[in-house]
Amino acid sequence: MIDKFVPDVAAALAGIVDGAVILLPGFGNGMPETLVKGLIAQGARNLTLVVNSGGRDTGPTADLLASGQVGKLICSFVRADSIAGRLFGAGKLELEIVPQGTLAERLRAAGAGVSAFYTPTGADTLLAEGRETRIIDGRNCLLEYPLPGDVALVDAWEADRWGNLTHRQSARNFNPVMAMAAKRTIVQTRHVVALGDIPPENVHTPGVFVHRVVHVPA
Amino acid sequence: MTFRPLDRSGIAARIAKDIPEGWFVNLGIGIPTGVSDHVPNDREVIFHSENGVIGAGPAPAPDKIDPYLVNAGTQHITLRTGGSFVHHADSFAIARGGHLDLCVLGAFEVAENGDIANWARAPDELVKQVGGAMDLAIGAKRLWVAMEHITKGHGGSRIRKLCSYPLTAKGVVRRVYTDLAVLDVTPRGFLVVDMIPGMTREGLQDRSEAELHWS
Repeated sequence: MIDKFVPDVAAALAGIVDGAVILLPGFGNGMPETLVKGLIAQGARNLTLVVNSGGRDTGPTADLLASGQVGKLICSFVRADSIAGRLFGAGKLELEIVPQGTLAERLRAAGAGVSAFYTPTGADTLLAEGRETRIIDGRNCLLEYPLPGDVALVDAWEADRWGNLTHRQSARNFNPVMAMAAKRTIVQTRHVVALGDIPPENVHTPGVFVHRVVHVPA
Repeated sequence: MTFRPLDRSGIAARIAKDIPEGWFVNLGIGIPTGVSDHVPNDREVIFHSENGVIGAGPAPAPDKIDPYLVNAGTQHITLRTGGSFVHHADSFAIARGGHLDLCVLGAFEVAENGDIANWARAPDELVKQVGGAMDLAIGAKRLWVAMEHITKGHGGSRIRKLCSYPLTAKGVVRRVYTDLAVLDVTPRGFLVVDMIPGMTREGLQDRSEAELHWS
């Protein structure tokens, strides 16, 4: 019998090593905050964190950055007045800024086995300095590579024992693409449902992309 | 004759007048976010939010807030009947794949060649606020910009011959709505489409670094 549920957060996060690339979804909601707290307790260091926003002074991203466990941040957006902005300013955090759509597509490419792609996004900007560009169909385009993760920490509304997931409303955001882009995808779900309870047409993230699930009731 | 510049809501209302029924539209953060408030309910315009919301509706009543439903500015919103959700890669496929009839972005500067600068004021600035702007700027069928004509800080014009700030994208802006005027970006440069009451050609040119055209 396939059963991806694990008893607690510590079991879900077991085996995350120093230096791992962590994919963290979330955009105003849809962030697995209990798993992030667990990662801080677990203590893996020198992590690369991939997340859309560098966050503010409070919240899961800020707490993880403040823990000193993150050596490099890959994101689309950093506020100067935030923990991420101040760590970067002090030279304590490496920063890679990626346009949000390119971030999503690099994750998708990692999950889909696409080895590289060209996009006009960012091609005529500072972000393209020193990088490979080419004119395609009359338009300047920038070469982008996949962004695979060692671990994705994912938020779900419902999960069954095969790891089929639903995400509530706009909390879907980066969850499905990060789930497909990581070697190991760890899910916290608000609700546990029986296999077959999610209508097949309504599975947002299929269990093939999911490895461990822990129930974190709201 | 004196003139009164539009406030931010006034700029948003002016933009809303020009959005026809049936368009699929993304609104950036800042002045553009307010545009949807000025589109009447009986004109069906579908608003896309970069975090995967198709059919974004107005803010909910305080007792109807759903923490699982926010827009690109992470403000609480509602979903219009017929709306749907997609994940981030599909949401940006909409933006980058040419499926938006219109995107309206805020900006620091727009140049007469259609260049837009809206993410950093200097190459070495600590603030790195790209977000979805570079994707939206290159991908929408048409890009309009909403901004004040003059900077608040040093009073310089945001209507430029060339952008002085780091670019978001080259040659993509079709139209600019400011607190003073509406300007089309044409092969000859900025063409004035509309001015606020009381504004003169000389007054508008004085407030623009780029040369303005009138016909």
